[in-house]
Amino acid sequence: MGHFKHTLLGRLLADPMAVFAMLIISGLVLVALFADAISPHNYAEMNLVDRFAPPSSTYWLGTDNLGRDTFSRLAQGSRIALYVALVAVSISGTIGLILGMIAGFGPRWLDNVLLFIFDTLRAYPTIILALALAALLPRGLSTVIIVVVITSFSEYGRVVRTQTLSLKNAEFILAERAMGASSARIVFHHILPNVLGPFFILAAMNLPVVITIEAGMSFLGIGVPPGTPSWGATLKDGFDFIRTTPWIIVAGGLPLILVTLGFTFLGEALRDQLDPKLRKSR
Amino acid sequence: MTAPILKLRDVVVEFPALRGVKAMMAPRAARHVQALNGISLDVQRGETLAVVGESGSGKTTLARAINGLLPLAGGEIWFNDIALHQRPDWHAIRRQMAMMFQDPVGSLSPRKTVRDLVLEPFAIHGQAVGTPSETAQRLLEDAGLNADFLNRYPHQLSGGQARRVGVARALSLNPAMVLADEPTAGLDVSVQGEILNLMNGIKSEHGLTTIIITHNLNILRHIADRIAVMYLGRIVEIGPVAQIMEQPRHPYTAALMSANPEPDPTARRDRIILSGETPALTARPSGCEFHPRCPRAGANCSNVVPELTTAGARAVSCHYPISENA
Amino acid sequence: MSDTLNVEGLTVHYATQEGALQALRDVALDVPPGQIVGIVGESGCGKSTLINALLQLMPENATIAAGAIRLEGEELVGASQRRLRNMRGRDIAVIFQDPMTSLNPVLTIGRQMLDIQYRETRSRAEKLRRATEMLGRVGLPDPDAKLNAYPHELSGGQRQRVAIAMAVLMRPKLLIADEPTTALDATLEVQIIELLKELQQEIGCAILFISHHLGVIAELCHRVVVMYAGEAIEEGPVADVFLRPSHPYTAKLIECDPGRMKTKAALLPSIPGDLPDLTAPPEGCIFRARCDKATDLCRTKPMPVAVTGAHWARCHFAAGAGA
Repeated sequence: MGHFKHTLLGRLLADPMAVFAMLIISGLVLVALFADAISPHNYAEMNLVDRFAPPSSTYWLGTDNLGRDTFSRLAQGSRIALYVALVAVSISGTIGLILGMIAGFGPRWLDNVLLFIFDTLRAYPTIILALALAALLPRGLSTVIIVVVITSFSEYGRVVRTQTLSLKNAEFILAERAMGASSARIVFHHILPNVLGPFFILAAMNLPVVITIEAGMSFLGIGVPPGTPSWGATLKDGFDFIRTTPWIIVAGGLPLILVTLGFTFLGEALRDQLDPKLRKSR
Repeated sequence: MTAPILKLRDVVVEFPALRGVKAMMAPRAARHVQALNGISLDVQRGETLAVVGESGSGKTTLARAINGLLPLAGGEIWFNDIALHQRPDWHAIRRQMAMMFQDPVGSLSPRKTVRDLVLEPFAIHGQAVGTPSETAQRLLEDAGLNADFLNRYPHQLSGGQARRVGVARALSLNPAMVLADEPTAGLDVSVQGEILNLMNGIKSEHGLTTIIITHNLNILRHIADRIAVMYLGRIVEIGPVAQIMEQPRHPYTAALMSANPEPDPTARRDRIILSGETPALTARPSGCEFHPRCPRAGANCSNVVPELTTAGARAVSCHYPISENA
Repeated sequence: MSDTLNVEGLTVHYATQEGALQALRDVALDVPPGQIVGIVGESGCGKSTLINALLQLMPENATIAAGAIRLEGEELVGASQRRLRNMRGRDIAVIFQDPMTSLNPVLTIGRQMLDIQYRETRSRAEKLRRATEMLGRVGLPDPDAKLNAYPHELSGGQRQRVAIAMAVLMRPKLLIADEPTTALDATLEVQIIELLKELQQEIGCAILFISHHLGVIAELCHRVVVMYAGEAIEEGPVADVFLRPSHPYTAKLIECDPGRMKTKAALLPSIPGDLPDLTAPPEGCIFRARCDKATDLCRTKPMPVAVTGAHWARCHFAAGAGA
């Protein structure tokens, strides 16, 4: 037990912000996994008689314009959110990680080229880029993921590049070169493990952003196909019918707020724990 | 006499002194500083050569140039008769030439265990390891650490322990030569002895050639066969350790050797105190670069660069060297 | 005349995840006026904690569990922040190890030397004159020009001289020098030591000189305190302690110093073992685990034993030792 206290998980559990964050995230995962089991109604089932109903014991968060149970739709939406988040962050993170390390460790000219790409993409407002890409690609979840990947990998790339640059001249890297290690070996065995810390923090903070991008795109009508119960779609419906009932948009915003808070707190807690200055030094 | 294992001839290493627009506008000569300004040296197989000097002398640059971590702007380096200045196969060379760095903990990859660290050279060079734990354990034991250390991380090691891991790693593939950059840096006096004993022991057992870079004059007598004294990127004096320390011929060497405070309050102190400080590399004095600070400076010193004159086993670069009877 | 500095029974704890780290335990030392007292110790001996405690500038998780620190009779522990600020820089001055980081990189030397005189009511011109004079006194060439220079334009040795100039400008009662020559080359080190000796004669301040370099202590200091793992284990006039060390650790430390040995040694001595865990210091003598003279008696904590009038050591066998 004494040793557990000092592992990353142990230290995180001692931090109230982290515990709160992990509860929310576990909640999200559980809801996504058991969405069908916990939904009182089928998310696609329409009861036009009960449309725009306020929250009640039958419809925990009320119904939308087509009489569909909002709670069940949001529960389904958590699957979409989680799917988009995990897939998009994995892909953009991996691309950013590899390109960032190459930019930091490789030759100057390559760094300049990659930096140019990173900075150009980051300079574009996300929504404009999303609209442009959505105009070119067919509507659907894959498009959403492609948009997220293209708009986010630069940030990972930049952060990883900065970390790599600071490690490049560290004595242990020099020692590896002096032993005859190839650049590939140095990058994947010695740079990579030491950039993962900031990388994961960024990924944690980025997850809610990704979910929000999807929500934003669906809200604008360029995201998921109509009928898909994503959180963004629910927000859109809620917005369209806000004069009839406020419940749809309020309910639709709740999971986004919770998830954003949860992941942001997790990112902060991770940063506190992984910051080398706080580690006990000899 | 057999061929030297390492030969340096007029080695020059430069660093940029100016960047960007200033560099483009400055005359050619001002764009770079010479950290090494014409080093010529022979190192015999099995000997321990100590390279001594203060900051700005270029001793660390020398070690890195020999290992190929820095490019040469001029000169030649021959290792085992292979030309290092002509794009050799560094991967193969570095198997034969191990290097230890100044920061004992900082030169170890922070997220690797000690086991992984000492076995790293095997992985790099595709050498069969046998049973990893057993081989690692044996390497650690030869360096004076027990198997408990296998699973530790660098930040959990003391300076002395980390230094031993560095030694174990450097020797894992039985290199022909070791370059040790400040092996006693960061070590308390009570621990220095152990590390030096270790290095001495290994040297006699394996007949290893060692080049030790250090500014710690106290250890020279105990670990080196010969000393090379550097100043502003040149070797000003070189020779067997006892002779250089007791009868230095170059005024700088004399000042350096006398500058060492001893822990004996009753000792007589005939100290030579130099004026001023080591000049910056961008402002090299003319002639003999030591002349502005030299207590013996004479007529030629400010305009003629002294040659490295050899006399027996010693060589000195000075117009008016301190003679034996001084 | 009373001592410039008296430290009695100083005990400092750090709160850490593993419990209270007892960084200093019952440390006592005295610095008589006009004397240079050296503190020698290796890593982990508590030198930095001691300095921080003297300046009352300790990190948040540190507490002074017991003890007193008196500057010319005035108690520093528990003194008001205002009084402490008043004293720092004027009555107590510090020279740190790393001249790179102890000077403000964005202010000129002149500006920093003016700032240190902020309490004085002299005119600005007068303050500048004093600053220039002091810079010249510490051996800086061309002091007028240096007033307008920034720290990064000076070499390491010059920066350290500036740090010394700033420290002695206010003619402090106590000058604390924390390893001021460790980061400097040997030839520069001896220049700085000579400078400190001269300044001390002129100004007459007391100096507390911390170093792990035995040779420098032997040359510069009148008295020396040897520290090990948070305790002061020996104290006395420098000649006595170095020639007749009465604590086994001191003896071993001197033995290990390679500068002492004039001929090539087959095997260099060292002290085997590691520092004890200060979150759970062992019973009895702190050095017991690494001492080759330890007996059962050493399970009880040794009190300071007088070897001569001015020389004591915390060892049960101190009176007989040092023969």
